[in-house]
Amino acid sequence: MSFDTVINFHNFAELLPLVTGSLTAGLILGILAGVIGPMIHARDLAFAVHGTSEISFAGAAAALLLGWNVAGGAIGGSLLAAIVLGLLGVRARDRNATIAILLPFGLGLGVLFLALYKGRSANKFGLLTGQIVAVEQAQVVTLSVVAVIVATALAVMWRPLWFASVDPEVAIARGVPVRQLSIAFMVVLGLVTAMAVQLVGALLVLSLLITPTAAAARVSVRPLALSALSVLFAVVSAVGGILLSLGPGLPVSPYVTTISFTIYLVCVALGRLRARRGWNVRRA
Amino acid sequence: MTTSATRTPAICLEDACVAFGQRRLWDHLDIDIEPGEFVAVLGPNGAGKTTLLRVLLGQVDLAHGQARIGGVPVSRGSRLIGYVPQQKSLDHRATLRGRDLVALGLDGDRWGPPWPSREQRRQVDAALEQVGATAYADAPLSMLSGGEQQRLRIAQALVRRPTVLLCDEPLLSLDLHQQRTVTELIDRTRRELDIAVVFVTHEINPILSAVDRVIHFAAGKALVGTPDEVMTTESLTELYGSPVEVIRHQNRIIVVGADEVTGHAHHPHDHDDEDAA
Repeated sequence: MSFDTVINFHNFAELLPLVTGSLTAGLILGILAGVIGPMIHARDLAFAVHGTSEISFAGAAAALLLGWNVAGGAIGGSLLAAIVLGLLGVRARDRNATIAILLPFGLGLGVLFLALYKGRSANKFGLLTGQIVAVEQAQVVTLSVVAVIVATALAVMWRPLWFASVDPEVAIARGVPVRQLSIAFMVVLGLVTAMAVQLVGALLVLSLLITPTAAAARVSVRPLALSALSVLFAVVSAVGGILLSLGPGLPVSPYVTTISFTIYLVCVALGRLRARRGWNVRRA
Repeated sequence: MTTSATRTPAICLEDACVAFGQRRLWDHLDIDIEPGEFVAVLGPNGAGKTTLLRVLLGQVDLAHGQARIGGVPVSRGSRLIGYVPQQKSLDHRATLRGRDLVALGLDGDRWGPPWPSREQRRQVDAALEQVGATAYADAPLSMLSGGEQQRLRIAQALVRRPTVLLCDEPLLSLDLHQQRTVTELIDRTRRELDIAVVFVTHEINPILSAVDRVIHFAAGKALVGTPDEVMTTESLTELYGSPVEVIRHQNRIIVVGADEVTGHAHHPHDHDDEDAA
């Protein structure tokens, strides 16, 4: 096996027009993931994202088996998970146990549904590890609608949600409805997760929702820069991953995860360098 | 209704009682706290010190009696209140500068996306200046000392120009030097801005020089007075209902026996008191 097997640009120009739908999807998803990332980061919800994506996978698999809309199944599954998680555990410790209980159950159900499914096997594999190359117009429309809903909801609740996330005691004292916001955010997160599952697959959702912000947090603490960088990193990972996967004709997810991980490593190195020079921007 | 001759008290509690079901946490609390007054809230663990703050924040309802701030009944999210919590080692995930923490105090509870404005920046800068935290306002919060973080907390509480400052053990986990500077800051601020301070603490000595009056909770009751009135062997023995000895030594107050009393709080004449948490 040569390097050419995983990285090449054979017929790149001819393939590109065929994947405009996928690229649009990748772009929208990258922006969504980058925008919501800092909030996931601040609320320490990485594991919850993972759990939600497995339940979303189960929902999508069930829809596939029953011949329903797969996106609908994914959304249904992740909303269910999000509401359960939002209701059960406001505190991280309780929440993690809940997730660890839900996650394998969802995964197991999903595996069962896929085993019973008699259709194209690429569909099965895709839900777990991602498939982008055949994004249809309808999926792009669904994604766009969800993106608008998510962006609106986040814009409205961003400030009190951020307050409740980074400084819960004072937020409660100020009368911020912390518990209601927590549930509302889990629902929004569920929507984004359901969309990401269809692009990179349930197992690799974290590479778009968690890694870009974690990388951004290594190089900046300014809220605006954190959001901007995490959007940039997520978009580069999603779109770059799709482009790189074209030539070799391999699944998109390894490319997305590798780009995202590489960005993270670079940011860790930059962060170290900066800390050594003294990040404390104290004025004399 | 208050007449024009008298100032409206910053905080007014009238025959206030907190009860959970049949169990009364404390009862018959009467106090008018004037603007600029510094009141320490003392008592054993579980006696209801923090609960008093939660009453004033509108989070816990009184079983009977009244609680008013600035003449109006307490409510959630009152703009008249600044709140300073315990210092805790801030999470590394919390990617935040001191300036951002203060800005949250200004408009963190408002809906809609955060649009940074010149007016917001001016108010945040003024609050940072007030507590002397300008020099490190742009450093990541996680890289600051506990004392510096508490300074920023106070700026966060002051930024909306409250008339009341509620402090919940703000000196906990600070070293002695930091305790002194934070106490001095709160003391100076309340005098300069005429803010009433309610300061929950388990240890009166670090703030003794600043305290005007004390609310001491124990055994389901509340004792109110100056430190000299409340922190005596006679007063505390009566409050706890069992022998407590208060020793004064070089401007320090040492209370002996109070911890043992609350360790097993069963007095034959009083079944309503709080178990030590």
